[in-house]
Amino acid sequence: MDALPVVIGALNEGFLQTLKLFAVTLLGALPLGLVIAFGTMSRLAPLAHPVQWWLRRRNQRAEAAGQPLRAPGPVALALIRFQPIRLLCRLVVWIIRGTPLMRQLLIIFYIPGYVLEGGSPWPSGEPGRFLAAAAAFIINYACYFSVIYRGGIEGVPRGQQEAGQVLGMTRGQIFRHITLLQMIKRIVPPMSNEIITLVKDTSLARIISFQEVIWAGYAFLKGSHGYSGLLWPLFFTGLYFLVFNGVLTLLFGWVEKKLSYFQ
Amino acid sequence: MSVLEVRNIEKHFGATRVLEDISFSLEQGQALAIIGSSGSGKTTLLRCLNFLEKPDRGTISVNGDIIFDAGDPDTQKESEVRKKRLHFGMVFQSFNLFPQYTALKNVTLAKELLAQEQPDFKARKKEILAQIQADGEALLERMGLSDRAGHYPSQLSGGQQQRVAIARALALQPDILCFDEPTSALDPELTGEVLKVIRSLAEQKTTMIIVTHEMAFARDVADQVIFMDGGVIVEQGDPRQVIDHPREERTRQFLSRYAQG
Repeated sequence: MDALPVVIGALNEGFLQTLKLFAVTLLGALPLGLVIAFGTMSRLAPLAHPVQWWLRRRNQRAEAAGQPLRAPGPVALALIRFQPIRLLCRLVVWIIRGTPLMRQLLIIFYIPGYVLEGGSPWPSGEPGRFLAAAAAFIINYACYFSVIYRGGIEGVPRGQQEAGQVLGMTRGQIFRHITLLQMIKRIVPPMSNEIITLVKDTSLARIISFQEVIWAGYAFLKGSHGYSGLLWPLFFTGLYFLVFNGVLTLLFGWVEKKLSYFQ
Repeated sequence: MSVLEVRNIEKHFGATRVLEDISFSLEQGQALAIIGSSGSGKTTLLRCLNFLEKPDRGTISVNGDIIFDAGDPDTQKESEVRKKRLHFGMVFQSFNLFPQYTALKNVTLAKELLAQEQPDFKARKKEILAQIQADGEALLERMGLSDRAGHYPSQLSGGQQQRVAIARALALQPDILCFDEPTSALDPELTGEVLKVIRSLAEQKTTMIIVTHEMAFARDVADQVIFMDGGVIVEQGDPRQVIDHPREERTRQFLSRYAQG
């Protein structure tokens, strides 16, 4: 078992990469998910006012000419209801959640190089692979997080918002001071699921040769550091995930307990 | 001049008309009770006053200023609506206290946020916040809740929660305090303590609108009673007249159903 220290060293290095991708993804996806969540709840309907104004004008003209008033047609109603931000965000969430993450990794890493003049925008080597992987993971996880956020926000009783409104608070104040903490309390369990899945999903990045822990373990099977045909390092990587997710589980339990002072 | 003047308010939800030609006025220091069966539009009327619903027709004036005119979009700007709401305080049927804050913080939060908009807030921050804190404590004391200031809503009984909610509404010193069935979510046992607080507010000449099912209470406390049915005001006037000697058949039917329990 003189391979052990060599294997552990290599796996530690790989797991450091895993952690780096995990941390960067969280840092990016947690705020981006909130932005997307607001987008999917946006009620901005830029055409409602002009179309309603046009309908009123039409009625006034008909009234003046003594013609019967016409009800608004389906096109007018559709235009009034047109909410571009909401539509766009829901479309993005559908596409990102509806396609495999591995496919998204490949697309983000390879396609820009084909499409853009001057070749791939990603730096060469490991830094480029890390950036591409981080971009793919941030977009993908932000979409999943956005749905959890939305559930959390919509789960806060409407009366909470109304109580803030009648006390003269702005929409921003209501979100920051009233909704936010109640939302966080509601989303801790589903978020813990998603974040633990993220830890394991980072290993998908080896599809673009990002050298994370499973990549490092697999290397001993193929041949690395003077060893080849070693199967056990690959299984040993599972221990890293198990231990780290154990730590996360304790952390989420602690957060849940911290927030249990209110209902 | 009346504190509140409501003229010809009308409100539809889709094709359903929930309020029709509602007009009334309220004098400084008076208490108005609104009675009527569920679905008669009482709550919607209160929500219109607090800008939680937008009437389709009519005007609302406070102290002689028109603060809402359905026909004038200039009176409905989001930025101004926020300030106009402060003319009214609202106590909800289900309390709607903020669960993550203590009783005291529930009372002081809105005032602290408003104080941040004062030009001299930065310079006098400590002093202003200390004053708000002291005012909040005094309000809780008036509600008989001094010893509950540090409790979270989930640690309070329903009656205590509603009293905190009343203190919260009073903290911003509204011109008119609105109660939306303040005791409907409470046991009969806890109803009394909340009614006692409202009664003392009436004795101190707080201008109030109380939507309630407590007929005896309405008769004792209110200076004016409105009976609503099907979105219209059927009868309004002196409480002894409306409740003890109703002129309208519909009022009589409603009250007799109450008398039978």
